[in-house]
Amino acid sequence: MSAPSPSSTALTRRLTRDEDETFLAEEAARFVRENSPVERVRTLRDRRDETGWSRDLWATLAELGWTALTTAPEDGGAGLGLFGASLLLEEAGRRLMPEPLVPSFAALEVLQRCVAGSARGRLVRRIIEGEAVVALALDEPRGRWDYGAPATVAASAATGWTLRGTKSQVREGHVADVLLVSATTPDGFGLFEVPWDASGLQRERQTRIDGRGAALITLDHVEVGPRALLAKGPDARRALREGLDRATILLASEMLGGAAQAFADTLVYLKEREQFGVPIGSFQALQHRAARVFMKVEMARSAVVAAARAADDPGAPADEVARMASLAKAVVGEAYLHAAGEGIQMHGGVGVTDEYDIGLHLKRARCAEATWGDGVWHRRRWARLGGY
Amino acid sequence: MADLGAFRSEATAWLRAHVPPALLGTRKGAFDGYWGGRGGAPTDDERRWLDLALSRGWTAPTWPTRYGGGGLDPAEGRELRAAMRELSVPPPLVGFGLTMIGPTLLDFGSDAQKAEHLPPIVRGEIRWCQGYSEPDAGSDLAGLKTRAIPDGDDFIVNGQKVWTSYADASDWIFCLVRTNPDVKKQAGITFLLIDMASPGVQARRIQLISGASPFCEVFLEDVRVPRAHVVGEVDGGWTVGKALLLYERSMIGEAIAGQLAGAEASLVALAKDHLGERDGRIDDPAVREAIARNSMGETAHRLTVARVAQEATAGKPSAASSVLKVAGSELKQRRWDLAARVAGPQALGWEGPGFSDDELAATRSWLRSRANTIEGGTSEIQLNILAKRVLGLPT
Repeated sequence: MSAPSPSSTALTRRLTRDEDETFLAEEAARFVRENSPVERVRTLRDRRDETGWSRDLWATLAELGWTALTTAPEDGGAGLGLFGASLLLEEAGRRLMPEPLVPSFAALEVLQRCVAGSARGRLVRRIIEGEAVVALALDEPRGRWDYGAPATVAASAATGWTLRGTKSQVREGHVADVLLVSATTPDGFGLFEVPWDASGLQRERQTRIDGRGAALITLDHVEVGPRALLAKGPDARRALREGLDRATILLASEMLGGAAQAFADTLVYLKEREQFGVPIGSFQALQHRAARVFMKVEMARSAVVAAARAADDPGAPADEVARMASLAKAVVGEAYLHAAGEGIQMHGGVGVTDEYDIGLHLKRARCAEATWGDGVWHRRRWARLGGY
Repeated sequence: MADLGAFRSEATAWLRAHVPPALLGTRKGAFDGYWGGRGGAPTDDERRWLDLALSRGWTAPTWPTRYGGGGLDPAEGRELRAAMRELSVPPPLVGFGLTMIGPTLLDFGSDAQKAEHLPPIVRGEIRWCQGYSEPDAGSDLAGLKTRAIPDGDDFIVNGQKVWTSYADASDWIFCLVRTNPDVKKQAGITFLLIDMASPGVQARRIQLISGASPFCEVFLEDVRVPRAHVVGEVDGGWTVGKALLLYERSMIGEAIAGQLAGAEASLVALAKDHLGERDGRIDDPAVREAIARNSMGETAHRLTVARVAQEATAGKPSAASSVLKVAGSELKQRRWDLAARVAGPQALGWEGPGFSDDELAATRSWLRSRANTIEGGTSEIQLNILAKRVLGLPT
């Protein structure tokens, strides 16, 4: 009844980077450092940029193959797995890079698990080539992260399907070319492909604290063809969950980078800032706070790395990947909020000014925490999967 | 990695074929096993398992073969330990000789010292204890006062050690002693090996709040110790002593990780028993959440132990082992706190009727766990070390 502890297998997997992975991580770090300083977050926000990120940079990312890290070679990708992508996302997280990496990787995971046939290959290719932004339209105004029974409904119509409902905070929904919309059909769960210009579809840009773009999407009798239903039934629901577990591990990698950088920024400040004629980092009260942040970030790193390795292990059962995803998300979520919150405290007054990056990390940490399940949600799931 | 895989399967096959069947599946933790020593009384199975392990040098798998070790590289050593864990085989021999003084002698000992002390450690003939803390030198270890004064080819040692684990059952003690009181306190310390059978050495047990007495006081009165038993330089003991502390911390971190391995399952069983089940789940969401939180922390801790081990080059513990000690000891305390909370009134028994053996043991463990964040360097001292040595914060 109770699932085996995921860690017994996880302990035997490689938790370090091999030579190629080290090289990839260095390349990713260099690329992000050179192309996406944190300042961009403020610039894009302050000019109320419609896209919220740079189309040129996104095209470069696709050209260099960064968008294709997780895609199998036979589908035109690099086949480097979640671990490969986690190396890039960690660096992106460090600099709060706004390009839609996590949403795109998430869409790829869902498509690859959930969807068969030509639609899958077509959408995968368009995403990795940077041709289309595909957004997961799963969250609803009153929903919480259990995506199995959407309030959005799909009724069969003469020409296919009619969709009605509201999707909220659809990441990149404001610029998406294609939306993957979950809806309840007369036969249960369904996942639909909806083009952004479908008639009856309305999207309003939402503004969130982390500055990343999202949209409130109203589906008012949106009509789509019969082939728009990409997947349905309990199998589709299970596959969506599996895809989201994998996406969650990638989000956790981005959060890990953010947590590590929030702490690194704080450490620099502790060494530079002087009061009472000495660096404030010489005070034991602050040293212990800093050491505890370091501990949390290091423990989170182990969880995230182990989760990515588990996801890349073809022998790992879905339940183990699910438990590892929950572990990584819950642990890194707490670490990121802690690193940002403690970081602000240790920065003192300037920590709450817009000028310092630490506040941007707090906002990002909160947004990421409330994406695809928060700590409470993931602990509940961990317990359920563990048989209690 | 292919070679490692082959090594692992060979080791597993050998263990299956040789370990006494009664011992298979009985592993509890890294420190549950035969401790060796002159007064050691192994069971027949323990004796047989020890001899078999010795035939391959597997009581000290990564030590050089000339001292009776197995000559394995660190990666092979990890595979062997993993194979033993997988088959739930208790270690053939445990103790501070293998985990603390042995590795330190390999780094700092003279050839003569290695030849004298390592083989008896490997064979489990000599049991060691650690003479560090003193009544007035706890967290401020370098303030220790036990004096060693030269006298010909010997030192005469006078003073008192405290919190010496299992001193009453040990044959030798490795001590930090003061050889020079007139310099900066760290610069006047010497690392000295003392035979507990020497005249003037006396060990006395200390009773703890848990009722157990793992710790002792050790009194040293005019104890004569040959100069040949100095490890490293006279007045250079602080370097040796600190290096040993790294081994101690990593040992504690690993041992705790092992002890925590079954914590989730036992807490779940306890909670279902005391609080009831609904649809197979613990009928109390707050307790469920608390167990899940603890279990996640334990899993992240165990993964960190594994990651640090994989990252450590040449098998040397890194300063990051401080993370493991602080985190592990706090997790262990929370685990027993939670157990006491779940058991409610049944966690109040000291002895006697009305309490199960498990309940009594859990209560003792809860009391015992308060020492976890103190022994082996308090959490506060560990955080100091982290802040200064790992994070490079100014003093």
